Amino acid sequence: MNQFEVLRFALRGLLANKMRSSLTTLGILIGVAAVIMLVAVGEGSSQSIQKNIQRLGANTLTISQSFAGGGGGGGAFGRGGGGGAPGGVQQNTGPRTQARELSLADAKALTDKTVAPSVKSVSPVVTASSAATTYGAASHSIAQLVGTYPSYFEATNKPVTKGTYFFNDDVLAARKIVVLGQTVVEELFGTLDPIGRQVTVSGVPFTVVGVLKETGSTGGQDADDVAIAPLPAVQQSLTGFGSLNSIVVQASGSTATESAQSEVTAILNQRHGITGTASADFRILNQATLQETVSAATGTFTVLLGAVAAISLLVGGIGITNIMLVTVTERTREIGIRKAIGAPRSAILGQFLMEATLLSLVGGLSGVLVAFLGTRFTVAGIQPVLVPSSVALALGVSVGIGLFFGSYPANRAAKLRPIQALRHE
Amino acid sequence: MTAPVLRVQNLVKEYGEGDARVRALRGVNLDVEQGDYVAIMGASGSGKSTLMNILGCLDVPTTGRYLIDGADVGQLDEHQLAKLRNRRVGFVFQSFNLIPRMSALANVELPLVYGGVGQAERRRRALAALEQVGLSDRIHHEPNQLSGGQQQRVAVARALITAPALLLADEPTGNLDTASTQDVLEIMDRLSESGRTIVLITHENDVAAHAKRVIRLVDGAIVEDVRQGPIDGPPPRMAEVAR
Repeated sequence: MNQFEVLRFALRGLLANKMRSSLTTLGILIGVAAVIMLVAVGEGSSQSIQKNIQRLGANTLTISQSFAGGGGGGGAFGRGGGGGAPGGVQQNTGPRTQARELSLADAKALTDKTVAPSVKSVSPVVTASSAATTYGAASHSIAQLVGTYPSYFEATNKPVTKGTYFFNDDVLAARKIVVLGQTVVEELFGTLDPIGRQVTVSGVPFTVVGVLKETGSTGGQDADDVAIAPLPAVQQSLTGFGSLNSIVVQASGSTATESAQSEVTAILNQRHGITGTASADFRILNQATLQETVSAATGTFTVLLGAVAAISLLVGGIGITNIMLVTVTERTREIGIRKAIGAPRSAILGQFLMEATLLSLVGGLSGVLVAFLGTRFTVAGIQPVLVPSSVALALGVSVGIGLFFGSYPANRAAKLRPIQALRHE
Repeated sequence: MTAPVLRVQNLVKEYGEGDARVRALRGVNLDVEQGDYVAIMGASGSGKSTLMNILGCLDVPTTGRYLIDGADVGQLDEHQLAKLRNRRVGFVFQSFNLIPRMSALANVELPLVYGGVGQAERRRRALAALEQVGLSDRIHHEPNQLSGGQQQRVAVARALITAPALLLADEPTGNLDTASTQDVLEIMDRLSESGRTIVLITHENDVAAHAKRVIRLVDGAIVEDVRQGPIDGPPPRMAEVAR
């Protein structure tokens, strides 16, 4: 009695009841496909989020003003007006003080190499949203017009594909030049080469010197609908010389982001007079921490999806036990005959185990196939990413389920005494 | 004289417990020599089927010893028992007991599959066995496409294919019409003539007339043991025809 014969008997047994076998297989198929698909969707969304974060720039800290806190130390600095702490419950018992805005001086202070050795570059940023831009007859409202320093390009990972960046000279001279995102170029120029042409941004003429590399739209926001110009040029013509919207700090390396963050915090705390228990009036967004947090969150999400799918795999496994029990009962007489003509216990056990394993293996393999096909499509805006380990795991678990859930009925069949089995009606 | 093919000593089989206890066999002693053709007769409930099941190693006795070819069946473990059923004993059932949805050929081959015989050898021997029972033209038919007599002949071929020392038949003609009964009995006679040891159960005198020795069971005990022909001679019916 070799393995081939066992396989042949098992196949014959399964084919005798095609409908039943295929429905049982379907249960496992759905389970395996669900596990692989859902894990792939989880992984896909995780990767797309990661990519979005990475697109913001590597090793960067983004400092922005926080309205939640207020400087407690230097109470005398309170300035009237402004939009500080709207509706916020003031917890400090001292006089209500206004959060200080980020200034160019703050940015300059961060460049001090002795106090902040981990900081590689500092780019003060002002932004104007929905800046109406025209070129000839064409007009387009740029979602985000950024006024900054040249280091911004590197820090935020925005390379130029055509033309050039602007330089420190341009910043000092407040030249009205601009680097445009791909979307803006398409809207205004179509197929024309935009380099050297003049566009009008909110009535002020800017000369186009470069075009940013296309990054693709992410989650509803078009990252290419952007224009970047020297800081003073934007301040002069559009935003005025007020506060900064944010400061982008690039750390000297991926390991230095933590120290850079603490250095920046220390400097700004000192400059804004924040001591002790007072909460800071600025917020630091650390790319690395953000990434870690997000991957932890999406990891949990993926595990959750996988667990839900695993339940359906389990249900499929119980389906196998059920069907195998029915099969054993139904074929008790056949088992008796086989035993009467000399089938050893191992042969009976092998046949029924093989049947159960075949059910789960065929179900598992077709589940993998379905999942492979399924992951080719975009699911709810997410391109699923097949995780090889999930395929191996789902297949392994399905075969394991076949063996595990099949062993009880198979054992029952093998243990029957021939005479009991033969008398069974 | 060599050891008997079958030796049964003081065989007792009881079913049930306590008040519901039924003694199906009450101390049966029986020796069957090589080449004998024994018919066991008895009314229903006389314990003849119980005896047959024990002889075929399908059931175990409550007490008593049972030896096949000198080997004590009571001492064998499960695996050895399976081997014994496979190699030493051929069993023919009243209700044929062919495996449904398997061709006649596959059914006949089955014992050899469990015996570990290779495919080509299996096929050759199965075809020979089917020819022996006159079913060469039905080898690819499934049991439900065969008549009762044909099914029983397939079952006989299956019982014979491993060349067992002993052929046991439990009312082999019980479910057959007269013509089929004659077919099967003729095959039995031929087998007996060629020296095969046969033990069959019946309650029909016509069938028992074919045997060389007739044993009557009443209430689980042997009450009569009649020899109708010599062990090494042809079975009585064939001897008559020859005369």
